[in-house]
Amino acid sequence: MRPLADIEAGIDYRERNSAEPAEAAGELLKFGEEILEHWLDAHDKAPTGEKKEGFRLLALHRQAAQGDPSFNACRETCRELAYHYNLITLDALHAESSQRLVMMVMVVRHLYLFVTGKMQTAELGEFCCASRPLRANAN
Amino acid sequence: MEQKYKKVAYYPGCALEGTGHSYSRSTKELGKALGLELEEVKNWNCCGAMEVKNVDPKLQTYLSSRVMSIAANEMGYDTVMAPCNGCYHNLKKAEYDLENDPASVEVVGKLSEKAGHQTYEAGQVETIHALDWIKDSLGEEGIRARVKNSLKDLKIANYYGCMYTRPRHIFPEKDKGEGSESTSKPHYMDDLLAAAGAENVDFPLKTACCGGAHTLSDSDTSTRLVMNLIRAAEASGAEVIATECPTCHSGLEMHQIRAEKQHGEKSNVKIIYFTQLLGLALGLSPRQVGIHENVSDSMGLLKEKGLA
Repeated sequence: MRPLADIEAGIDYRERNSAEPAEAAGELLKFGEEILEHWLDAHDKAPTGEKKEGFRLLALHRQAAQGDPSFNACRETCRELAYHYNLITLDALHAESSQRLVMMVMVVRHLYLFVTGKMQTAELGEFCCASRPLRANAN
Repeated sequence: MEQKYKKVAYYPGCALEGTGHSYSRSTKELGKALGLELEEVKNWNCCGAMEVKNVDPKLQTYLSSRVMSIAANEMGYDTVMAPCNGCYHNLKKAEYDLENDPASVEVVGKLSEKAGHQTYEAGQVETIHALDWIKDSLGEEGIRARVKNSLKDLKIANYYGCMYTRPRHIFPEKDKGEGSESTSKPHYMDDLLAAAGAENVDFPLKTACCGGAHTLSDSDTSTRLVMNLIRAAEASGAEVIATECPTCHSGLEMHQIRAEKQHGEKSNVKIIYFTQLLGLALGLSPRQVGIHENVSDSMGLLKEKGLA
């Protein structure tokens, strides 16, 4: 699990640089999983290795939302991420693959902003008081 | 057969008297243009919003139940229409709690007695959103037949926000197959605006969070969430983001400006309520639907499209 700053930098990089669509889609899906892993880790839960509807991302979301219904506000964002992954990887040569990749970047960025926003508000994980000086130095 | 939702109790809620005034104005004007009657709930109160709910969820249930009680017991209505996603959500939640949670029933009973009004009982009214109101009373055909000024060539990203469909269990009428609203891929606004001639773009963040709850405590997060929504809408080819929630709408407008002022990030997409767009399509003027009350200045685009 990469630090959140690295995930954000990875999303920024993917936004600015073209790539082979299927490979990039896999990387973006992995970012999504790692974002949810951060949330679970901050709540002392071991991230599941299981899959839901073929996606670990969706299983992680379900795990993250247990006991915290407000986390369902990003449920459809996760599903959109899985949907775009399918769109791209099932037909990587499709004429709209590049555009679909652009949208997938924005969907994963939304997930990143939503989850890190909640973590900042609750001072969890990398945003807890003990981590703050480290994060400030890193920035 | 009598038309469904021909006359309903109208619960504007606090936001529609303030930042969302153009939503209230356009909803009322749209109702008039469509021959649908609205009667405002007398002496209504706040639905409990986020503030009360966070302090005491049962107090929020009571506040919402009082609105429904007045509509049912003092005004004789069986339907309450709430255009605000927050109010709609809270009234639906209160309905669910009063049907399933005896502790909520007890608290509501005690507070209603103390306040001196008849206790609301689950099932007395049906709470609907403004989208249900138009979609189920007239439907796409009804809109199509009344269009005087088509929205053709207007590319729209329909944004529903996260409260309209969440949590699923308080919306038992949704996800009932063909024709019903979907909680995962809502489409009522898409359907109505398409009937008015608009071109809906494929917008992947239609139910994503706008950061409304963070607006005061963490404005930067809200701005970044909103800018991501706006950039995604623009990347989808949209010229307009159609809204159906006053909190989302004002958040999109305010953070669009904030993003430009503080981060130099300019965007051209316009933020317009779906009721305003439908009103324009029915031949109402921009002033009638309150375009001048929006912060997002869309007059240039509306003139360009022949809608103003």
